[in-house]
Amino acid sequence: MKKKNLAALLMAGAMCMSLLAGCSAKDESSQPSASQPAGQENQNGGVVTIKVGGIGPTTGNNAQYGTATQWGAEIAVEEINALGGPIKFDFKYEDDTGAADTAVAAYNSLKDWAKDAPLVIYGCTTTTPCVAVAAETYSDRYFQLTPSASSPDVTANKDNTFQMCFTDPGQGSAAAEYLKSSGLGTKIGVIYNNGDAYSTGIADAFIAHAKEIGLDVVATSTYPEDTTTDYTVQLNACKDAGADLVFLPIYYTPASLILAQAKQMNYAPIFFGGDGMDGMLDMDGFDKSLAEGLLLMTPFNASGTDERTKTFVETYQAAHGILPNQFAADGYDCMYAIYEACCQIDGIADMDHAQLCDALIALFTGGDFSVDGLTGTGMKWLTTGEISKAPVVVKVENGGYVTQ
Amino acid sequence: MSFLNNVITGVSLGSIYAIIALGYTMVYGIAKMLNFAHGDVIMVGAYMCFFAVGSFSLPPAAGVLLAVAVCTVLGIAIERLAYKPLRSAPSLAVLITAIGVSYLLQNSAQLLWGADTKTFRPLVEGSLVLVPGQLSISYVAVLSIVCCVVVMITLTLFTGQTKLGKAMRACSEDKAAAQLMGIDVNATISMTFAIGSALAAIAGVLMCSAYPVLSPTTGSMPGIRAFTAAVFGGIGSVPGALLGGILLGVIETFAKAYISTDLSDAVVFAVLIVVLLVKPAGLMGKYVPEKV
Repeated sequence: MKKKNLAALLMAGAMCMSLLAGCSAKDESSQPSASQPAGQENQNGGVVTIKVGGIGPTTGNNAQYGTATQWGAEIAVEEINALGGPIKFDFKYEDDTGAADTAVAAYNSLKDWAKDAPLVIYGCTTTTPCVAVAAETYSDRYFQLTPSASSPDVTANKDNTFQMCFTDPGQGSAAAEYLKSSGLGTKIGVIYNNGDAYSTGIADAFIAHAKEIGLDVVATSTYPEDTTTDYTVQLNACKDAGADLVFLPIYYTPASLILAQAKQMNYAPIFFGGDGMDGMLDMDGFDKSLAEGLLLMTPFNASGTDERTKTFVETYQAAHGILPNQFAADGYDCMYAIYEACCQIDGIADMDHAQLCDALIALFTGGDFSVDGLTGTGMKWLTTGEISKAPVVVKVENGGYVTQ
Repeated sequence: MSFLNNVITGVSLGSIYAIIALGYTMVYGIAKMLNFAHGDVIMVGAYMCFFAVGSFSLPPAAGVLLAVAVCTVLGIAIERLAYKPLRSAPSLAVLITAIGVSYLLQNSAQLLWGADTKTFRPLVEGSLVLVPGQLSISYVAVLSIVCCVVVMITLTLFTGQTKLGKAMRACSEDKAAAQLMGIDVNATISMTFAIGSALAAIAGVLMCSAYPVLSPTTGSMPGIRAFTAAVFGGIGSVPGALLGGILLGVIETFAKAYISTDLSDAVVFAVLIVVLLVKPAGLMGKYVPEKV
């Protein structure tokens, strides 16, 4: 893999040189004439425009995730374009409705939109469409960074696809590690959706890792789909096994029902969830007291006090009227990761998408490149495309997050 | 104790299914069509109540009344605009139209109210403790069961005793003959849709009180389950819908508790298949041989 990358980099470099030579020669001859299209003039320290094509669901069942990744990225793009740096972004977002075939169609229309200009793909928001689009970008040679598609399938056997979020198994093992080190819960119950790749991915890794490090998992209970409404059977299984902590690697809609039903049956263990829990407090009409004491692993805390988070939250709230969640923050960080990487690439003005793709891959996997963002500091990428950043656990207190 | 708990959960879930199933069964009995949009009327009803109570802070009772009123009008409108023009069309055309109306309602709800899940505030909260720490029954469950019983009794009296009810039964038996007897068939069908949709609104509010999440697709799964309940009990039969609904709720809960949480749907539908093999018209349905 490494060898291939190096070869690709060399080739890309060589191509750039030749292109540069060609361009400057042409430039000299046609200097006084017409202005050149943006994205093609960097010889004199001009600004290079990179097209960024985003894909995610803005309609359909997962619309809340897609719109968050869109809005988060848009705020970053505005900031970046106002910076006056060497790179500007031209951003376009396409709806994939959460379906793989629509996502591929969206990708094709983004390719048409970019024409010959260098294009980077940002997305998809959810795993299934992302896997489908990644297969296309891999063979077409476009660089792809997803804010939130967390399955290892997204990056498997593809050198061009990178993730901003944790992988599902990564999150599962991190959760087990956290429980071990914090000493919370001596008997652990797990309730998860075994019809969903995200939930199963985290739960399997959690259970396997818990066994390795000696945590006592007393009950494992599943449900088949997120439209399930009754969880009393699953909760009873945990209660009967004496679980004092219940791990819920699921999305917040079913989790909100689980919390309500646990309260109804007077079962009050510590509930601990993954990043899919983020967003529960913003549900319209949700009784926040139900979530009091809930622990969740999320890379982003909207009530964080650092300057960058505060500005982001204010801008986001002013524009859209709601608090940003981690999907929005991941999207914001994606734009900065692409921006900072592009700033470090020499001769970017004359690259096409394939050369840019190879240059970005070389940078992301080179080991020296790291990004500070809303969801972590010193974030780096492994050669697999997986991100390496520290997990953060927050606790719900008085209707807001408190970082643990 | 956990057995009794499961019985209570099953019966209260079944009562909601039964109320929804009534809508399917009545419309089928009279118009001989499967109104697949019925499940989505449930969702509209729940949204109406959600906004009435949540955004306009009306009392819950007013929310229910508003939901019933809106759904009744919606039911009549759907019948007039989508189904009536197809009265003499082949039944497949009507079926496809019903599926189309279902999608129309779901997507309109998504456009109007967004895709994000809303948390429904239950009409009544708390539960009745029968054995402290072991057996309790939530007031929502009590309310569902009571509603279901009241609805059943009222409907049985209505179809059996009143003139309009008799007209409905006449239409169900033979539309042409009913028309000759001076019954306004179109008005009767409209009325059936109105009653079915009003019941859907009640079921929607009860369901969302029991399981307080609400999204544009909330109605589709319960709709399909209730349709199954209607077939199970014998489609076209009012007591059949009650029996089918409650049995379905209990089987579903028991399958979850004692067999597997993942296989509960498989068990429910396997039971359905077995019942239909033995009694093709459902538990209480009348088997009418097709005359060729």
